[in-house]
Amino acid sequence: MKESNHIITTENVNFYYGDFKALQDITMGFEKNRVTALIGPSGCGKSTLLRLLNRMNDLIDGTRVEGKVLFEGADIYDPRVDPVDIRRRIGMVFQKPNPFPKSIFKNVAYGPRVNGVCRKRDLDALVEKSLLQASLWNEVKDILDRSAMTLSGGQQQRLCIARALAMKPDVLLMDEPTSALDPVSTAKIEELIEELKKDYTIIIVTHNMQQAARVSDCTGFFYLGRVIEYNRTDLLFTTPEKKQTEDYITGRFG
Amino acid sequence: MTRTLKELFIKNILLLFALVSVIILGLIVLFLFLEGLPVFEVVSVADFLFGLEWYPTYDPPDYGIWPLIVGSLVVTFFAALLAIPLGVLSAVYIAELAPGPVKEIFKPLVELLAGLPSVVLGFFGMAVVAPLLQNTFNLPTGLNIVNASLILAFMAVPTIASITEDALYSVPAEFKEASYALGATKAETIVNVVMPAALSGIATAVMLGMARAIGETMVVLMVAGGAAAVPESIFDPVRPMPASIAAEMGEAPVGSIHYHALFATGIVLFFMTLAFNLAADYISERFRETGSGTL
Repeated sequence: MKESNHIITTENVNFYYGDFKALQDITMGFEKNRVTALIGPSGCGKSTLLRLLNRMNDLIDGTRVEGKVLFEGADIYDPRVDPVDIRRRIGMVFQKPNPFPKSIFKNVAYGPRVNGVCRKRDLDALVEKSLLQASLWNEVKDILDRSAMTLSGGQQQRLCIARALAMKPDVLLMDEPTSALDPVSTAKIEELIEELKKDYTIIIVTHNMQQAARVSDCTGFFYLGRVIEYNRTDLLFTTPEKKQTEDYITGRFG
Repeated sequence: MTRTLKELFIKNILLLFALVSVIILGLIVLFLFLEGLPVFEVVSVADFLFGLEWYPTYDPPDYGIWPLIVGSLVVTFFAALLAIPLGVLSAVYIAELAPGPVKEIFKPLVELLAGLPSVVLGFFGMAVVAPLLQNTFNLPTGLNIVNASLILAFMAVPTIASITEDALYSVPAEFKEASYALGATKAETIVNVVMPAALSGIATAVMLGMARAIGETMVVLMVAGGAAAVPESIFDPVRPMPASIAAEMGEAPVGSIHYHALFATGIVLFFMTLAFNLAADYISERFRETGSGTL
């Protein structure tokens, strides 16, 4: 992994929920226009790390970060940095589809609207483009005014991806985006990830090791708040260097 | 006793308890109508509702409650004008913005306001607000629409605030997270996501607060001034319906027309609060923007 291609790097990051140390000494780089998967058993800190990268953990009381998280070379935890700016450039898709209880159009237009895009024509174009990118356009183009709540779970999740893409982020963080979906919807989202990595850097947390193997270029294995192994996906899954990684990916624990 | 028999027994006992309040409500309404309707043998419904003169003890008497209806509506309207923003915004502050310790002080204090006996608030209106108004605006009396609206607003604020607060808390955290993750600020998230999602609850809060204000008796009896005339300025005294009923019931001979007229006033009041409650129900259905992601 070449240093120069890293869009986000973490340097000796420790993270605390109150007194509990959830992440220990995380140093890793995330390559631009690649898919990086974070795997590991529940509670290993992979979601915590993901939420650290766009400062979503700020919203939880009593959390504390040590170390540096560099996004394009600048520390996003610098006191002068507004987390709102970071979140505009690093989008996020959650485990459970969470569209707003508004129309499909309003869901996608939400981000651009709060960021000052208000001309109808611009919004229309942006909504269409984002829905096309999320391969949802053909299913919803005639029902844009209908509540997003009427869509199926898989469609809702693609809507959430479209909503994140409408912000034209540089990085897309995905927190187990398919764990609540059926296999067909999962396959669609995986295809989508393949498509999206041309334009975006994607970091995905997943419990599904086949999924990590299928969609990612690099994989990091986490255990008890530490990175145990971080390597190219094909190498990590075929010739793991650490015993713990091997045990986990072969299903001996976790 | 067999298990199914026991089950049946428990179910019916509970049904009985549930029926008690329904039956009592039914009986009260029935009584209200039985005692109120006879007045319409003497005055027509239109003359009763829209008559401008309320002189039930004169000879000949006049039974027009229009000034009382206007009195009730006007104090409720101005109370709403004050109480809605005050109640809703303080709920937003407590639920969304206040840091932990502040929230823990504010929340019980607002609820304590709800526990103040209305006679104490009325007393405050008489002893403090009235002289203040009288001296500041150089009025003949400080017991008037402004005073009553002010005190009623104080009474409605805790109702509005605590129901609004519950509505805000019930907005799923995932909506807020989604909004923050899209780069929305706290203010944008509150205005664009949290408030719309809580709108039906907020509307219910407002309607219940207003129902409370329009039905409130002691405050308007004490501070509204008691003049049964259609007001011309917000500093005029008025005689809202509950005040009229409370003040006159004691001196109206049982079975007299005056007595029936007061019950009929009660019917009108009953329909008004009913309207507020139905409106609350309708609004909470109509503007529903809730639900969460389905799987």
